[in-house]
Amino acid sequence: MADSLRGRDLLSVAQLSRDGIVEVLEVAEAFAEVSRRAVPKVPTLRGRQVTSLFFEESTRTRLSFETAARRLSADVASLAVAASSVKKGESLRDTVETVEALGADVLVVRHRASGAPEQVARWCSRARVVNAGDGWHEHPSQALLDAFAVRAARCAQRGTSSEGSGAAAFDGLRVLIVGDVRHSRVARSEVIAYRTLGATVTLCAPGTLLPRDAEGWGVEVCADLDDALGEADVVSLLRLQTERGSGSHVPSLAEYTATFGLTERRAARLKPDTLITHPGPMTRGVEIASSVADAPNALVTKQVADGVAVRMAILFLVLGGEPARLGGAP
Amino acid sequence: MTTLVIEGGTVVAPTGSARADVLVRDGVVTEVAPRIDRPAAATVLDATGCVVGPGLVDLHAHLREPGDEEAETVETAARAAALGGYTAVVAMPNTRPACDSASVVAQVLELARDAACEVVPAGAITVGRRGETLAPMAEMAALGVTLFTDDGACVQDGDLMRRALEYAGAFGLTCAQHCEDGAIAAGGVMHEGPWSSTLGLAGQPTLAETVVVARDLGLVALTGAPLHLLHLSAPDSVALVAAARARGLPVSCEVAPHHLALDDACCRTYDPTFRVSPPLRPRAHADALGAMLRDGAIDAVATDHAPHPAEAKDQPFAEAAPGMLGLQHAAGITAEALTIDGATDLVALFAVCARHPARIARLRASDRRLGGHTAHGGDVVPGEAANLCVLDLGTPHTVTQGSLASRSRNCPYVGRTLPLSVRHTVLRGEPTVLDGVATR
Repeated sequence: MADSLRGRDLLSVAQLSRDGIVEVLEVAEAFAEVSRRAVPKVPTLRGRQVTSLFFEESTRTRLSFETAARRLSADVASLAVAASSVKKGESLRDTVETVEALGADVLVVRHRASGAPEQVARWCSRARVVNAGDGWHEHPSQALLDAFAVRAARCAQRGTSSEGSGAAAFDGLRVLIVGDVRHSRVARSEVIAYRTLGATVTLCAPGTLLPRDAEGWGVEVCADLDDALGEADVVSLLRLQTERGSGSHVPSLAEYTATFGLTERRAARLKPDTLITHPGPMTRGVEIASSVADAPNALVTKQVADGVAVRMAILFLVLGGEPARLGGAP
Repeated sequence: MTTLVIEGGTVVAPTGSARADVLVRDGVVTEVAPRIDRPAAATVLDATGCVVGPGLVDLHAHLREPGDEEAETVETAARAAALGGYTAVVAMPNTRPACDSASVVAQVLELARDAACEVVPAGAITVGRRGETLAPMAEMAALGVTLFTDDGACVQDGDLMRRALEYAGAFGLTCAQHCEDGAIAAGGVMHEGPWSSTLGLAGQPTLAETVVVARDLGLVALTGAPLHLLHLSAPDSVALVAAARARGLPVSCEVAPHHLALDDACCRTYDPTFRVSPPLRPRAHADALGAMLRDGAIDAVATDHAPHPAEAKDQPFAEAAPGMLGLQHAAGITAEALTIDGATDLVALFAVCARHPARIARLRASDRRLGGHTAHGGDVVPGEAANLCVLDLGTPHTVTQGSLASRSRNCPYVGRTLPLSVRHTVLRGEPTVLDGVATR
C-alpha cells in the first residue's frame, strides 16, 4: 500500500491515504483489546528503543506515547529539552544525531516550531520519526485517535462493530471544528484526517483565529456557531491557546464564550447523537460548559484511553508493522 | 601595473554592442577596437564567445566582518563577488559592532584593501541600528560613505526617518530603507498565504513592506531627500516607487535575485535555507517582479548576500537565521529574468547589475569619489577605470556546494543550472578571476 504508515515516519496526516488511515485504526482496535487485559502488555517491540524528544512542555501526549511503548515492551528513553537550554551554537541537528547514536529506533518529537519533526527526519539516518505535535502545524496522533474514537462511537450508536468497518462511519459525516484554528496543530491534522476519510468539515471561529486562505483546505467556513451547530454530527472543540498569543485575538474570554463557546444553551440544540471531542486540556467554562463536557456524548475521556491504543498502532506500524510481530495481540 | 588585452569578445554598450578587443594599461581602458595587436608582455584574456561589460556592482551584501567571521569575512565575500563578476560591493552595516562610526568604516576599508573587489561600506542611519538616535553620518561620509541604512532592521519611527532624510539629504547623501513594518509583520517568518497556513508558520503579508514604502515615499516628497528602497519583494511596492519616480521624486529601488527566482513554495519542506527577510513571495509576485525589472520599474538587482554558518541554519525554520547567499550567482539569475524567447537583454543586464547600482552608490566616474575607490558602472570606453567582467552566455553553469567561495553554505541554488558562467573579472586592470578561477 503506497500510502501506508508501515516502515515510514509519521510527520503529517497528509502522507496517509484513506486506506492508510483505516489501517492505523484497525491495528489500534487490536491493541485496544490488549489494553483491556489484566496485564496490558505484549512483546511486540521487545528490544526496540522508543525515545521521546520533547522540546516543549507536554505531559499528556508524552505519557500516552510512553505508555504505548511500554505496553509494546519497547525500551523507553526520554529527553526533555527546555526551551531555555537551547543556546546559540547548540543546533537541533546535534541533539538529534546524539539521541540517534544512543540507539533510538523511534524518535517521538514534540517541538514548539512548525516543521521541526520533518527536519529531524532528514537528519536521522536510521530511526523513524513520529510527530507528537509541532508548532501550529500538525498533531497527527491526536487526529488519528479522534477518528478512532468517533468511528467507535458511531458504530456503537448503530449497534455495529467498529472493527473491520473501514471508513464507513465517515461517509457523509459532518464535522464542525470550533475555536482557535489559526494556532491549532490539532485542527490542521483533523481537517486532513476527516476529509481523507470522507467526512465534510466546517470551521467556525472568530475572524482573528481563522488561518488566511482556509477555504483552500477544502472546508466550509462559518462565522456563526448557532447556524452551524444543528447540522453537525461531530463537534470538535479547540482550546484558546492563550500561551501562544491567541488571547489578544479576541476581546475577552467572556465574549469568546458568549459567541463561540459550547454552552448548555447551545448544546441543547445539537442533534441527540452528535459527538463532542476535545483534545484537552479543557478550559471548562470557556470553550465548553462543564456539564457539556461531562455529558454521555462527549468523548473526552474515551479519547485519552483510545490514545494509547492508537499510539501503539503508530509505533508498531512505523517500525515495519510485520503481522508476525503483532505477537500477543489477536 | 599590468597590460591586459581582452580578445575576441563582444563589448556591450547602450548605444550598441560590437565585436571588439579591449586594451587595458595601468588600470585604465586605453583602447577598444575590432582588432588590437598584443603589446609585448601583455596578459591575454580570451573572451571568444563572451560578452564584455562593466564590472558588476552590488548594492547590498552582508560581509559579516567585523564580528561574525565564522559566517564570512571581507576576503571570502570579495572572492565570491569576483567569481560572480562583481568589482564593487556595498557592505551592509549590520556587523558587530554595527558600522555606525568612522572607526568601523575605516576598519572595513582596511580589511578590504587587498580584497578581490572594492568594498564600499554603508553606514548605519541610527546608532547601533537601534532606531533611536541618528548616527554620525557626516564623519562616515568623510571616509567615502554615501549610503546609509539600518538594513536588517527598518527605521520604524516615521519622524526619525524624516530627520534622517533631512540630515543626509543636506549633505548629498542617500538613505536606504529595509521596508518592514514591525507591527504588521507581527513576527511572520514567511509570506502569509496558503503555504504559511498549511505549514503552520507565522506569515507576514506584503503590506508589511508596502506600508513603509508608501510612508517613506511620502517623506521623500516632504523633504526632497533621495531614498533607495532595499530588496523590494512586492509588486505593489515597486508600483508605488515607479509612480513616485514618474512624479520626479529622487527614489530608486532594488530587487534581490531570490525574489525573482524562488517562491514561497520553496518553504514547503521547512528547509531553513529558504528563510529570508523579506520572505519569498508567491510565484505570481516573482513573475511580476521579473516583468518590472524588464520594463525598467526596478533600478537594480542587489544580492542581499547573507551568509550564515551551519549552526544558525540547522534549526527549525522559524528559529533559523534569515538570509541566503547571492554574490556568486546573481548575474545568472538576473540573466534568466531578462531572457525572453531565448534572447537575453544584455544591455539591461549591465544596467541593473552595474550601471544603475553604481549611480545609486555614487561610484561612477562623474561622482565625487573618496575612500580610494575607482569608478564603476561606466561604458567600456577609453579613459574609464578598468573594472570589467567577461560573461560566457554559451556555457551554462550548474551550482554545486563545492563551487561556493563563501565561508557559509546557505546557497539556495545548489543543483540549479544558470544560463551563464563568469569567465573573467578585472579589477583596476588586474584579473581577479581568470577562466572562472579566482586569482586572489
